[in-house]
Amino acid sequence: MKQFVLGLAAALLMTAAHAEPTATGDLGLVIERATGSVLLVDQSDRAALARIEGLGDLSHASLVYSPDERFAFVFGRDGGLTKVDVVTRQIAKRVVQAGNAIGGAISDDGTLVAVSNYEPGGVRVFDADTLDLVADIPTGSKTIGLVDAPGRRFVFTMWDTGETWIADFARGTDPQITKITDMGKNPYDALITANGRTYITGLFGQDGLTALDLWDETPEPIRVLPGYGRGQQEMPVYKMPHLEGWAHTGAEFVLPAVGHHQVLWVDADTLTETGRTQTYGQPVFAMARPDGRQVWVNFAHPLNDTIQVIDTVSKQVIHEFKPGPAVLHMEFTPRGHEVWISVRDANTVMVYDTHSFEKLREIPADSPSGIFFTARAHRTGL
Amino acid sequence: MARTLPTEPARRDWPGRAVLTAAVLLATSAFAADTLDPNALKRLVHQDCGSCHGLTLKGGLGPDLRAGNLQHYDPEILTGVILDGIPDTAMPPWRPLITEEEAEWIARYLLKPEAQ
Repeated sequence: MKQFVLGLAAALLMTAAHAEPTATGDLGLVIERATGSVLLVDQSDRAALARIEGLGDLSHASLVYSPDERFAFVFGRDGGLTKVDVVTRQIAKRVVQAGNAIGGAISDDGTLVAVSNYEPGGVRVFDADTLDLVADIPTGSKTIGLVDAPGRRFVFTMWDTGETWIADFARGTDPQITKITDMGKNPYDALITANGRTYITGLFGQDGLTALDLWDETPEPIRVLPGYGRGQQEMPVYKMPHLEGWAHTGAEFVLPAVGHHQVLWVDADTLTETGRTQTYGQPVFAMARPDGRQVWVNFAHPLNDTIQVIDTVSKQVIHEFKPGPAVLHMEFTPRGHEVWISVRDANTVMVYDTHSFEKLREIPADSPSGIFFTARAHRTGL
Repeated sequence: MARTLPTEPARRDWPGRAVLTAAVLLATSAFAADTLDPNALKRLVHQDCGSCHGLTLKGGLGPDLRAGNLQHYDPEILTGVILDGIPDTAMPPWRPLITEEEAEWIARYLLKPEAQ
């Protein structure tokens, strides 16, 4: 440990001494959930560069990047919002903005950072430069599925009341809010398509999902797969699936089923079912390789040691392997040639070739969870 | 990028991790009835219950499970909730994964202030 600290100190000193420019386009951050730190990684070198500590409770943490790929805004479970400078490898600013938070988003122009909170339920919006509070939007409910939408808007959904709100900041810092009721019972997460048009929320309290067409002047709930589990014995759900790493294969979406060992295929235009693939366990993430040819799926406890790869043309599982205990997250390189996988209980991030499935590298990390490459800076909804 | 952290995982306790991981697998596979492993169960509580209730148990999608918030429950009630879940909520039954003895151990652990 001492050696590690010394090494880190030396690395930091070197950073200061050599004022060489830092290119951030192939960097990324890995959440180390138990130690409240993030690991700065280099995609090209497949290596860890530095550890940045002092970010609080990072269980279920996520982050977004500034448009210049220099700053990360890290959303901690304890309500902490931390701005990390990827270039100086330091915390630039940190506020504790609520008691219990679940995720965040950055506006399309990069000026506003929004955080969704369980307690007190609602969304708080901050100035991306200063982290000063800009707007407070109480919802009276645990708030989930917060995404950015084009036109300086944020969209989010309420677990308790089943409403989706659109907060429009186009005219400044006093948002115009549109409320859509009757989205369904207990929405647990949501996604927005890369073009910013379709918002889809998954439902825990009933079968199916609910979509909104954000190009519509007055968006109405559109039911998707309202009966996908009907007539089948539902299984206990030990881990809510995530939709944020949604899979869009071009013509179709691939979505994790809740309470079933399945992923569901939906036509992207008509939002009708086009197929189902039986999986090893209850899916947590179903993520498309950036070219859309493969979907990689991980699973809920206690089957969370395994990954399956599905071919999107045949909808068949073409590869299955066990990276190790507690596979929590996957992140593709922007062009999809590699995937980085966090294996929490092996304390390792594993790097795989997505064509040969060969393991290329293991990078030590403390209880790693989310992996976030800086290329996300340029994607709506990520 | 030339400046990298050492990749040598020397600071980690590999054998310890392996034993713990094996213990979790055993504990969750129901045939560990007479070999309760407190460390494995603590790990289950914080890591897996923690996915809804928070790593520090202060709540998330699921409620705050810190001892101060649970004092008005008997351990038997909590054991029942752990084993059978709460219908029409997101709390699943854990009976398929753990034994009654393990559920009871978790209930008593949650009621102790040290659980945080």
